[in-house]
Amino acid sequence: MQQLNELIQEAQRSVLSDQENEVDRIMTICNACRYCEGFCAVFPAMTRRLQFNKADINYLANLCHNCGACLHSCQYAPPNEFSVNVPQAMAAVRQETYIEYAWPKSFGRLYKNNGITVGLASSIALAFFLWLSIASKGSIEAVDGNFYAVFPHNTLVLIFGAVFTFSILALGIGFYNFWKNISKTGASIAAIGESAHDALTMKYLGGGHGEGCTNEDDGFTLWRKRFHHFTFYGFMLCFASTSVATVYHYVLGLDAPYALNSLPVILGVFGGLGLLLGPFGLLFLNLRRNPLHGDARQKPMDRAFILLLFLISLSGLLLLGYRDSPWMAYLLIVHLGFVMGLFLTMPYGKFAHGVYRVAALLKNAVEKRQPNTLKLGSD
Amino acid sequence: MIGGGNAALCAALMARESGASVILLEAAPKEWRGGNSSHTRNIRCMHEEPQDVLLESYPEEEYWQDLLKVTGGITNESLARIAIRESATCRTWMQKYGVHFQAPLSGTLHLSRTNAFFMGGGKALVNAYYRSAEKVGVDIQYNAEVVSIELSDNQFVAANLKDGRRIAAKSCVLAAGGFESNIEWQREAWGIDENGSSPADNFLIRGTTFNKGVLLKHMIATGADQVGDPTQAHMAAIDARSPLYDGGICTRIDCVSLGIVVNENAKRFYDEGEDFWPKRYAIWGRLVAQQPDQIAYSIIDSKSIGRFMPPVFSGNESNSLDELASKLGLDAEVLKSTVQEFNAACKPGVFDHTALDNCHTEGITPEKTHWATTIEVPPFYGYPLRPGVTFTYLGLKTDASSAVFFDGIPSKNLFVAGEMMAGNILGKGYTAGIGMAIGTAFGRIAGRNAASAAEKD
Repeated sequence: MQQLNELIQEAQRSVLSDQENEVDRIMTICNACRYCEGFCAVFPAMTRRLQFNKADINYLANLCHNCGACLHSCQYAPPNEFSVNVPQAMAAVRQETYIEYAWPKSFGRLYKNNGITVGLASSIALAFFLWLSIASKGSIEAVDGNFYAVFPHNTLVLIFGAVFTFSILALGIGFYNFWKNISKTGASIAAIGESAHDALTMKYLGGGHGEGCTNEDDGFTLWRKRFHHFTFYGFMLCFASTSVATVYHYVLGLDAPYALNSLPVILGVFGGLGLLLGPFGLLFLNLRRNPLHGDARQKPMDRAFILLLFLISLSGLLLLGYRDSPWMAYLLIVHLGFVMGLFLTMPYGKFAHGVYRVAALLKNAVEKRQPNTLKLGSD
Repeated sequence: MIGGGNAALCAALMARESGASVILLEAAPKEWRGGNSSHTRNIRCMHEEPQDVLLESYPEEEYWQDLLKVTGGITNESLARIAIRESATCRTWMQKYGVHFQAPLSGTLHLSRTNAFFMGGGKALVNAYYRSAEKVGVDIQYNAEVVSIELSDNQFVAANLKDGRRIAAKSCVLAAGGFESNIEWQREAWGIDENGSSPADNFLIRGTTFNKGVLLKHMIATGADQVGDPTQAHMAAIDARSPLYDGGICTRIDCVSLGIVVNENAKRFYDEGEDFWPKRYAIWGRLVAQQPDQIAYSIIDSKSIGRFMPPVFSGNESNSLDELASKLGLDAEVLKSTVQEFNAACKPGVFDHTALDNCHTEGITPEKTHWATTIEVPPFYGYPLRPGVTFTYLGLKTDASSAVFFDGIPSKNLFVAGEMMAGNILGKGYTAGIGMAIGTAFGRIAGRNAASAAEKD
């Protein structure tokens, strides 16, 4: 019996990665302290457990929004002997889950050196559109603001449609596998609603008191939440713009370019502005971020993604501004190159954080509706 | 302001509010600032009706009776009532300077009526006060240890720093903590026990390493009136494997009342089920300090798992008492007979760890009056316990003005707050959150009076 227990414990330890063991070590300390319960969902979820297995650790790591409040408030943070740094340990495990749940599995390695991944994907996409334009037309020229004179509409739909579908499929499979691993039950409508609310409002970048999260020091700021909102909703408006344009094209038979006061252009302009301001602000904050927050090795991934979004938006707005100039074709190639760079790396870059975060928020919303099995009494 | 914890910060903010220009001298470097306040988690607050995070009511008289009970009457009623009344109103002021409160933490239901919890704990509070102090223009100096005070006719003239600096001021607040981190002083206070060993050698310090009592010792030597017994302190039983300093809250062991506690001779020595653990943990440090070699072992069986707050260190899980005894370094035969004797004395009852249940022993000494159930279902767990000193009560005598006294005469411009005077109110014993109530109340009073003393000068 004793040997069996030791074997089980040994097996458990070896199943966990070094980073997961670090989260296990830290959560055991946090669970005996609990001062940070008010900041976010991670700590209340922790108190429902006495031990932390791999699935628990992956769930908690993705539930962490890296707001940093618990680090600055921690009596056990370095230089204390216990050396507790929750956001850093969680960030390291998050990257491991991205790698582990990537589909196809072997593509998970693209998360390592992700700056190179994003840079290469965007460069190759740019070169591809340059080649495609020359190969199909023999030269790069702009005709009356007509994008489809540069690239035929159906060609674009085919290329982007195929890559986008693949990326969504890959992310969907990642979500499904991750969810299956961290949750044994389904989700009620109420739980789905709550997790959607928590994700769409970025509730856990609010700090629990509504003053926001930490950035360069122990002071709180709402700007990270705001810039994230600009980025996310900007992205969604751009997506809506493209969707409406697709309906215009196929259903209404209206061909681009659309007038400045048309719905696709209005949505695109507002989305584009959000997607300029948001990533700019996030990059600004990221560069000033306290070095103890998060995992320094993932900065290239964070910044490559932020920059790519910024460049997509910048090139898109320039394209709109200069669509009637001879520069249109070049701007179109650049813009499409960046968008393709994003589509290609959606399942293999920072974009995926949203997918696993939503799964963790959903699990949290499900779990808090279940009775707590622990009856710990009072400390 | 000499000190850098809750009381010094409250004094600094209050003095600044009253128009004084303020310099705050914190002995620690920035990363260790805040003294023991960084390890705190709540403040005990009087309230007549439910408030944001406080349930029901906790009137002045009940608060006072609670304090009277834990101190066994070794307290100062008028000072105690000042701290109690201040606690009813100080939270709005605390919030103004960035402190956030939250609903009681899980596992602290017994405090949900009486104590307001700081969101993120005491270090978040300390951070908020430092941010606010910077904003309102308090000159904050780290690594600024004061070693002596220059007095003239019992009035403050200047503070002398370890690094040789001399800082003159019109008035001064002493809020530099107790002497808990000064092992040598502890050794002197505790002497040699009946087994010929020095108990203080086996103490662990739950908080900062910076409370060496340098200033306290200096003031007493200079003739300031003192209060309290140097062996009296907030002393809990904590895990013996904790770090020597700054182990804080996570090193507590909460399963004492669920099992038995034996000393190094594998013998029980006190009723583990006397009362709820939150009401008893602060006496167990002293109980362990009185045992040979200042060590004890809390032993439970698998029935107790999931019934107490998870400890930070593992419980030496063992499938037999022999194995547990060998892991803990106890005599296996004696341990087995202690457990057998205890098991035989357990009377049948309805176990309920959330109430003072009727599971008790009969016919053994010491008896166990509640939660007495047999220890027989493996695996067994054992946690080693040591006395963990939170803070000492020896301090400077003061009154409602928080002035330092010399031969019964108050100084006009030298004040004291926090751990350096908490012993006026806490002669012995403790009740959760009273330290922060005293620190906040007298920190604010000292700050205000120091500002007006500076103005009069």
